[in-house]
Amino acid sequence: MAVTHISGRAWVYGDDVNTDVIFPGKYTYTITNINEFAQHALEDLDPDFARQVQPDDIIVGGRNFGCGSSREQAAVCIKMSGVRVIIAKSFARIFFRNCVNNGVLPIVCPPAVDAIQKWDVVTVDLAAGMVTTPRGVFEFPPLSPSVMAIVDAGGLIPMLRRKLGTEHLPMPELSFGGKD
Amino acid sequence: MGKTFAEKALARASGQTEVTAGQIVDARPDRILSHDNTAAIYRLFKQLGVDRVQHPERLAVTLDHAVPAPTTQHAQNHAEARRFVEEQGVKHFFEVGRGICHQVLSEEALVLPGQVILGADSHTTHYGWLGAFGAGVGRSEVAALWATGELWLRVPESLKIVLNGKLPFGVTAKDFCLKLIGDLGADGGLYASVEFHGDGIYHLSLESRMVIPNMMAEFGAKNAWLPPDEAVFAYLAERLERRSKRENQSAQDWAAVARRDALYPDADARYVATHVYDASTLEPMIAKPHRVDNVAPLSAVRGTRIQQAFLGTCTNGRLEDLAAACEVLQGKQIARGTRMVVIPASSEVLQEATRRGYISIFLEAGAVIGVPGCGPCMGNHMGIPAPNEVTISSANRNFRGRMGTRDSEIYLASPAVVAASAVAGYIADPREV
Repeated sequence: MAVTHISGRAWVYGDDVNTDVIFPGKYTYTITNINEFAQHALEDLDPDFARQVQPDDIIVGGRNFGCGSSREQAAVCIKMSGVRVIIAKSFARIFFRNCVNNGVLPIVCPPAVDAIQKWDVVTVDLAAGMVTTPRGVFEFPPLSPSVMAIVDAGGLIPMLRRKLGTEHLPMPELSFGGKD
Repeated sequence: MGKTFAEKALARASGQTEVTAGQIVDARPDRILSHDNTAAIYRLFKQLGVDRVQHPERLAVTLDHAVPAPTTQHAQNHAEARRFVEEQGVKHFFEVGRGICHQVLSEEALVLPGQVILGADSHTTHYGWLGAFGAGVGRSEVAALWATGELWLRVPESLKIVLNGKLPFGVTAKDFCLKLIGDLGADGGLYASVEFHGDGIYHLSLESRMVIPNMMAEFGAKNAWLPPDEAVFAYLAERLERRSKRENQSAQDWAAVARRDALYPDADARYVATHVYDASTLEPMIAKPHRVDNVAPLSAVRGTRIQQAFLGTCTNGRLEDLAAACEVLQGKQIARGTRMVVIPASSEVLQEATRRGYISIFLEAGAVIGVPGCGPCMGNHMGIPAPNEVTISSANRNFRGRMGTRDSEIYLASPAVVAASAVAGYIADPREV
């Protein structure tokens, strides 16, 4: 089930993109149905993103991507918008973990970030550790085996269900039941 | 080769004799923190298919982020958190109004030196003030901790910050933090365990020390560490006595444990870098919109018009912060066209502030007193700015939209500067109003 190639259009942002602009704090306890998350993704950073994002698009950021609040919705709203890879010069540590735990790949590749421009079509080859852009091909260090085990399982919750032997049990929906 | 604090704390928490930076360990934290997000974590926990939390006595749940509930949805969320603590027998549960989680857990002595606390809150770095290893994690990870009691962590490299000497009059730990973050950037401590050394730390009150590891979340740090000294042990002894009465355990033993389990880095531990600051040369600092590392001396932004002043949060909502603001406000009025919101960090702070007459000073000056909790810090309620308004705040974040309104600006400063600005109606130096 492990995906090895992801190809999509690039959305390019700068340094220190924080989780407040990715998923505003005012929504953290009012929007609880994850199906509504994508329409607010990157809301205070780029209002066009949620309207125009397509599956497999790639987000490109500078240094310290995802800094600030630990809110996991920041990673989940990006996942729900169909993005599976974020390429950055560096990631804030909690956001990095939240991405991995939700099956979104955080790729650290500074030279690729410098080369990529908005709307470039970018391909990430996970097995080879390569980012292909219109302006060159760049290598990135592989993610650690413990991180890849979580990504390959589809996230932390599915991996733990396997480990705990509860895979066969039904997976409850993640919302208040549609009333919100 | 000697060991850093992080290497010692994570070796202990993972049951190993020795670990080294870069190594991945399965840590078993002594304390697992969550707040209003407990309800959402509970939903993730249910997805795991297990019925019981493995160590309910290790959990600490505080309702603080939007309290008392401002909407039906928030109320529903709180109700779900309360159902969880009842169902799982979580005894360390703090109701709305008790205060902000990091302040409450400190007051209740629920985290001790050398312990590891993981929390679904980025400011879990806070517990470095007493020499504990505190790190923020995600909601799914807290669900995993509830179910299994353990979580993988990479042992971080360490950064050493040395503070020598005494801060001049009117300069605070907040100013030191803003200076550090401004100098080295919002990612200056990215992924690192940030250790604070030097006699400057011992000159600070405990409440001032609490500001430092709290602000290290804005420096990218995984955790922070300050050396626990006699002042820390005395603070804990008093509170452990209270906790022991509640839990029917011997206080004396716990105080001894706190002292015995405190961890200090070795003199020959390895650091990625060392930065030295002379406290006597520091001055009041401000973080300008919309980044915490967009820092300037107060003198450079003096005169900027404000509409709202906010005093509170886990960074600067304690008794000495309220005292510093009162010193400025006594006998004065908040400027026309400006409002001031004061939110004590806990019920204990509010009670003592009332006893000392601080609350009267705030009310006479025209300020609003809010319920202990996070208040408007992350845009939930109790002080959302209008578009184009400017807020000066004692909080830790000034990101765009942070307080609920995209097109508003937030300046971060120390409590006295917040109070002086409320009186002036523009950013002002407390030494001049």
